[in-house]
Amino acid sequence: MKLYDRIFRPKKYTLPNGKVVEEKFTRLPLVLLILLVCTIISVHITGFNFAILGRNGSKFFDILKAMFPPNTGYMPKIWQPLWDTIKMSVLGSFVGAVLAVPFAVLAASNIVSNRVVVFVDRLFLSLVRTLPTLVCALIATYIFGLGTMAGTCAIAVFTFAYIGKQLFELIETVDMGPYQAMEALGANRVKSFVTAIFPQVLPTYISVSLFCLEGNVRYASILGYVGAGGLGLIMNEKIGWREYDSVGMILIVLFITVVAIEWLSHTIRKHLT
Amino acid sequence: MENKIKKAYENAPKTWILKLVLTLVVVCILVWSSSTVKITDNSGKGLQVAGNIISGIFHPDPKLLFTTAKAGVPYLLLETMCIAFLGTIVGAVISVPLSFLSASNIMPKPLALIGRTLIAAIRTIPAFIYGLMFIRVTGPGPFAGLLTMSLCSIGMVSKMFIESIEDLDKRILESLDAAGCTTFQKIRYGILPQLFPDFMSTLIYRFDMNLRDATVLGLVGAGGIGAPLIFAMSAYRWNEVGSILLGLIILVLIIEWISSKIRSKLTRG
Repeated sequence: MKLYDRIFRPKKYTLPNGKVVEEKFTRLPLVLLILLVCTIISVHITGFNFAILGRNGSKFFDILKAMFPPNTGYMPKIWQPLWDTIKMSVLGSFVGAVLAVPFAVLAASNIVSNRVVVFVDRLFLSLVRTLPTLVCALIATYIFGLGTMAGTCAIAVFTFAYIGKQLFELIETVDMGPYQAMEALGANRVKSFVTAIFPQVLPTYISVSLFCLEGNVRYASILGYVGAGGLGLIMNEKIGWREYDSVGMILIVLFITVVAIEWLSHTIRKHLT
Repeated sequence: MENKIKKAYENAPKTWILKLVLTLVVVCILVWSSSTVKITDNSGKGLQVAGNIISGIFHPDPKLLFTTAKAGVPYLLLETMCIAFLGTIVGAVISVPLSFLSASNIMPKPLALIGRTLIAAIRTIPAFIYGLMFIRVTGPGPFAGLLTMSLCSIGMVSKMFIESIEDLDKRILESLDAAGCTTFQKIRYGILPQLFPDFMSTLIYRFDMNLRDATVLGLVGAGGIGAPLIFAMSAYRWNEVGSILLGLIILVLIIEWISSKIRSKLTRG
């Protein structure tokens, strides 16, 4: 940045009182240049081509068209996997959210003064976060066998990492006054944490968990693809058989479920804040 | 003094009934949802597999890790990054008009509702179905992955865009009006400076997520690092899995670090 400022000299203004103010040259050209270079490289590597898109673009709608009208006769067979998906995400989200609490507390630098603990814990949280959920689910299917247990595990791990990060950032921005007051009155650290900090983070914690649950219902439908149970399982099967009208039905059911859960959690979250 | 504290305690609202009911509801939901979880594999092989996985991850295959061949980890990571990057950009290009159409403070309510429903519908379809659809258009490969990523990004990106558009401070526009600015000047000095940091920060965050989600594309052969990873996993070649995961984790950590730096700079101005 310093080099950049040396090439493009900052503009100097002299104020009426004799003070000189510098306005740095806009960074826009530099950012645009970087973006352009990245785009060119990406276009080259991925083979992005408008001609193909224009020529074959209509084929995108082939499967979509085949999905309509959806096969309503398939509905009775959807209920079981649908409930499985919802149960998986509820249980997974709950387990993940509860497990995240101790880790988040240990990662908050205003509660734990030991720097090593904070660093190790944060590193652990971000390592778990980088692990793709799909890989988690696959590993879980090897360990627990095919089925909903694997899916629940994968969702729990994903939720754990996400909420862990959100929660420790939340705890760090909390008002420390009540905590110090409690400590001054002679309460031990656990007690002061529970009474002074916990109530401050609780509403946001619950709302983040609910938000996570929303996303998890959607995610749980992908996990079935690797054999981790739920809607994805039958979706994968029906795609394999090219019964796209059944897939369309599954997607509509999923859409309604997701919207309903989103609405529910949105209402609860509004009450919380 | 003590009496005062006691009085305050007595006047505190009694919420234990509500708390009890809520706890009961949560417990009921948990019991109900745990009915679906059955451990099907009790042979004890699970632990052995877990041990293999962990040892494989800690003994990555160096041959795969340090090569510039097309099947090597560095090239695959580069390809994944390109897919995520271009996917984010294409997704953003589609999201901008969509989110302006669905922002309820500038569009009539029914139109905004239609836009929101459309966005929710786009979000519901899982990534691998988009992948299948695009493979018909482009054939298997990173191009299909890129298009899939861009459609998948639309959901979240336009949701965040809508939020920042609805948070626009209209008083600034009114004062610019009062100062006699033209429409173009109002957009340039009134709207863009308000939206730009939010939009950029959303996009950088989404790029982060796309990079992490790119493994899903491998399921349907839409390019990126997902396919080799899943092949290696289903063939129990844990050393390969280890080297791919190692590369992915390092890349994601670096990108995350850079993106959080840029985003905190953007929000602080």
